[in-house]
Amino acid sequence: MTAAAPLRVAVIGSGPAAMYTVEHLLAASANLSIDVFERLFAPYGLVRYGVAPDHQKIKGVTRAFEPLLHDPRVRLFAAVDVGRDLALDDLARRCHAVVAAAGARADRRMGVPGEDLPGSLPATAFVAWYNGHPDFTGLAIDLQRESAVVVGVGNVAIDVARILVLTPDELRRTDMPAYAIEALEASRIREVHILGRRGPAQAAFTAPELKELTTLAGAALRIDPAEAALDPASAAEVERSPDRTLARKVQLIQEIAAAPVPCRPRTIHLRFCVSPLELLPGPDGAVAAVRAVRNRLVASPAGGIAAEPTGEEETILAGLVFRSVGYRGLPIPGLPFDERLGVIPNRAGRVIDPASGAPLPGRYVAGWLKRGPTGVIGTNKPDAAETVRCLLEDADAGCLPAPADPDPASVEALLRARGVQWLDCSDWQRIDELERAAGAREGRPRVKFTSLAAVLEALGRAAPAP
Amino acid sequence: MKLAEVLATKGTGVACIAADAPVSAAIAELAARNIGALVALDAAGAVAGILSERDIVRALAAGRPLDRLAVADLMTPGVICGRLDDDLEAVLAAMTDGHFRHLPVVDGSTLVGLVTTADLAQALLRSLAGRLVTLELRLEAEIDESGVGR
Repeated sequence: MTAAAPLRVAVIGSGPAAMYTVEHLLAASANLSIDVFERLFAPYGLVRYGVAPDHQKIKGVTRAFEPLLHDPRVRLFAAVDVGRDLALDDLARRCHAVVAAAGARADRRMGVPGEDLPGSLPATAFVAWYNGHPDFTGLAIDLQRESAVVVGVGNVAIDVARILVLTPDELRRTDMPAYAIEALEASRIREVHILGRRGPAQAAFTAPELKELTTLAGAALRIDPAEAALDPASAAEVERSPDRTLARKVQLIQEIAAAPVPCRPRTIHLRFCVSPLELLPGPDGAVAAVRAVRNRLVASPAGGIAAEPTGEEETILAGLVFRSVGYRGLPIPGLPFDERLGVIPNRAGRVIDPASGAPLPGRYVAGWLKRGPTGVIGTNKPDAAETVRCLLEDADAGCLPAPADPDPASVEALLRARGVQWLDCSDWQRIDELERAAGAREGRPRVKFTSLAAVLEALGRAAPAP
Repeated sequence: MKLAEVLATKGTGVACIAADAPVSAAIAELAARNIGALVALDAAGAVAGILSERDIVRALAAGRPLDRLAVADLMTPGVICGRLDDDLEAVLAAMTDGHFRHLPVVDGSTLVGLVTTADLAQALLRSLAGRLVTLELRLEAEIDESGVGR
């Protein structure tokens, strides 16, 4: 690489991990050229399609990402699928380094019989549906059932339970697509049961999300005081933890359990130490109930606290079951993948050959594909910083392979040759303006486009040939 | 945060040695890989113990004949193993209290990795840094909404 030639970096994905990668790269070096490849027509990944539509303040994080896409050193290629439209090798031919930051699109399974009955679906699919994700607009979800079970106690589980019980007034303040608002307004769900495998001290949700469940106009939160009580091992864990937010969260759970339950048309039951054993079908073949077992908590040898079934069973009526037991990464063709952990094998963000452990030159990973689907949006900032540090160290050390075709124009030429209709940053800016303007007319943050065809039509472009 | 996440960014593979291998082979392996401990496996491939540099230093100090000993003679047997879904903070506390620095991690009965207190501390630091960034984001959003500073 000559001094004048910019460092060419391809970033796969445009969610928080990708955007923080871009931010750290731009801050560290002036002489680079970054191409961001996004599978969908709109950037920002789970901020747009995962963060709950009634949490607009959190979605506001995109304000920090917006200037990055407008930086003259950055190009956005939206509606371009690496794996379908472009191969990893196409990027490697044109860039010194490729950073996989495509997140975790699949979901983890519960591994219980009946998991695939109609009416049982991943929480991630429901989240994508109510956020207007173009791949999920046609999701079959029967909201005419009266009872739902959400398995898992992370913030996604809390989001799902809350969205299920929002009132029409609450729904109409969000940027949810019209189809979702209409379906949820007509919903007959009365009872939502959130099932946590372990106890209050091990629940992954955060206190503000729980507190929010006590302030809903149309639903009450009910917690059994007996389930809110801590076993001795958990009490010791809370006592020992330097994290005071844990103690505060447990205290909040116990306060809610002890307080009178307000009278509301709908109820969310937050349960602890209960695991599903089996999903039972009704006469129509769809899920009708969850057979569950109560757990006791036992200290694991290494200091963790594990759930152990007691044998005491119960049946919970449920016409809908959402499994919210985690996201799961999907492989990117051309890069290795660790099926057990659901990540691209790496050391501090350098992709490694799983057999030899040796780094694959010019290949990097950031975000959920790097560490697994955990943490909050901000976790991706130090995570991406680590990956960028490795990348720049390797660039300085001359360890990056020289691309055969580093001319940035060659990317566009290739996409044109393959008939791929991509959207760039100015297209996204226009989409954003149109969505916000449509939202303003309805007193909502935005009205999202939910299909590429609609976007292309609004931009006055012909849809790509099928 | 779970141990799975710590392992994810550490790279795959665990440095192992047969429990009946000579100590000299273990020393060569530690030096070649520039690491501080090896997981000793029994004939069935199950975790039999951990041989750390401290075990070797102690044997040297006691004047034991290293050239005639096997890994099993020096290793710490009956080691505690972590599981992929064990919580990081609880494990770190247990390791600190129990004064052990290396923890083999198993998935069922399969050895899938080894974490050190340093790995866990680093992961905890990263997790806390992430939470701090998120709090800053929330604070900025509140300030934007309230109009303070405009």
